[in-house]
Amino acid sequence: MSAVAARLGAWVLDRLAGIGHGARFFIRLLALLPGALGRPRLVIDQLHFIGNRSLSIILVSGLFVGFVLGFQGYYILQRYGSAEALGLMVALSLLRELGPVVAALLFAGRAGTSLTAEIGLMKAGEQLSAMEMMAVDPMARVLAPRFAAAVIAMPVLATLFSAVGVIGGWGVGVLLIGVDAGGFWSQMQAGVDVFGDLGNGVIKSVVFGFVCAFTALYVGHEAQPTPEGVSRATTTTVVASSLAVLGFDFILTALMFGAA
Amino acid sequence: MTALLHCVLTDARAARNLSAAAPLPDTPPFVSFEALHFGYAGRPLLRDVTLHARRGEVVALMGGSGSGKTTLLRLLGGQLRANAGRVCFDGQDVGALGREALYRLRRRMGMLFQFGALFTDLSVFENVAFPLREHTRLPESMIRDLVLMKLDAVGLRGAAALLPSQVSGGMARRVALARAIALDPPLLMYDEPFAGLDPISLGTIAHLIRALNDALGATSIVVTHDVPETFAIADRVYLLGDGRIVASGTPDALRASSDPYVLQFLHGSRDGPVQFHRPAPPIADDLGLPR
Repeated sequence: MSAVAARLGAWVLDRLAGIGHGARFFIRLLALLPGALGRPRLVIDQLHFIGNRSLSIILVSGLFVGFVLGFQGYYILQRYGSAEALGLMVALSLLRELGPVVAALLFAGRAGTSLTAEIGLMKAGEQLSAMEMMAVDPMARVLAPRFAAAVIAMPVLATLFSAVGVIGGWGVGVLLIGVDAGGFWSQMQAGVDVFGDLGNGVIKSVVFGFVCAFTALYVGHEAQPTPEGVSRATTTTVVASSLAVLGFDFILTALMFGAA
Repeated sequence: MTALLHCVLTDARAARNLSAAAPLPDTPPFVSFEALHFGYAGRPLLRDVTLHARRGEVVALMGGSGSGKTTLLRLLGGQLRANAGRVCFDGQDVGALGREALYRLRRRMGMLFQFGALFTDLSVFENVAFPLREHTRLPESMIRDLVLMKLDAVGLRGAAALLPSQVSGGMARRVALARAIALDPPLLMYDEPFAGLDPISLGTIAHLIRALNDALGATSIVVTHDVPETFAIADRVYLLGDGRIVASGTPDALRASSDPYVLQFLHGSRDGPVQFHRPAPPIADDLGLPR
């Protein structure tokens, strides 16, 4: 019995130490952000690597999500004779929820795993140690610019996802099914609030950017410097980022739209 | 200084046969490990290690795999902290330094990692330019000249535009060496510089270690278990075994030693103080055979 309690205690202490270590890592990254932004060349390189290379999957996924929303939305709305509200439904679904959340999940799978593998392999190849021995802080030189780039890229990608999704919904609703184009756009214009809907969606995606970037970099940095360790770390990044994004989405939605 | 370095290196490169430098005057140690103890999670790895390296010396740390040689380099670089004892570099206790002071000290160190540890996303040129860009505000033209001179010193000026993935293991080691000397550090550390190299690359790296050390007036600490090359370039050799210094002296003194551990290590003998078999119960027990 006492052995079980001791093991449980050790497990709890271990978890608490891990949380503390992660929190210190996050605070350090935040503290290094201004310095990273002071070296724009490094951040721009990473924006290209993280943002531009995620663009294709974000745009294609956004378009197909928009297609599906167009079909499903029309199917429901036409029952109540409100097919013209399709534009509003598609826009609100994308701006408030699907844009930030799906873009973040795709980002975690595409850019997050790439970041984790890159940092993990740099560690395994002693590149981070070499940098330390050259009196260059790897967190400032390698991790912080990637963190900044991911946080900047995330809301841009989420906004593009939503914009392309709206076009997809328009394509299916207006061009394919024949919903009135004027009603589609005017209801959207009248019903979407720039700050309440678009603004909150952007805030969500910024938070998801922090979550995904931190998870990817932390897991990569703490990966065992072996092929198996790096492989496990990339999987952990996807799982942890996705769960964290969904958890934070619930909290943020409750805070932003719960009162309404 | 740079021009002088270049001239000296060019002359040194012409020399084909290397030998250990003449004995140095009795100067205070530039690097010292004093009564050092270190271990991981209660398991001792280094016990009461004391060794010194003076300015201008090439000091080799030799010993079997897992004897704690690389750990000594990491302790000297401040990546690890000793459990007891001191590691001093140019009079400063490395283990007592804070982050800023440690980073300042590391600018005076150059380290060659076992497999080079080149930045794979940067070209050979950019790898060598990296410390110059990070620690100096030199104009681009001067950085270019310095990098090309460093690369020329290791014979790889012609590989400046290549990526690390496009050079061989030996060449990668030489690029890493050029990067390590980019800031002309007074201390150079080499972690297994000869591991996995063909004989020509091995001879080239050995030659460069001695030549660069003499040209820079630096101190070199070489962690290795490659006996012939190391004995050709080292001023002093420390032999580690079981976490302790088991023998030390000039290469000639070690060759003349009758210590069983030294003899076994130098001749690569299977029989000696270091057992081939890791301690285990009798094999008959494991196989379930009657004894």
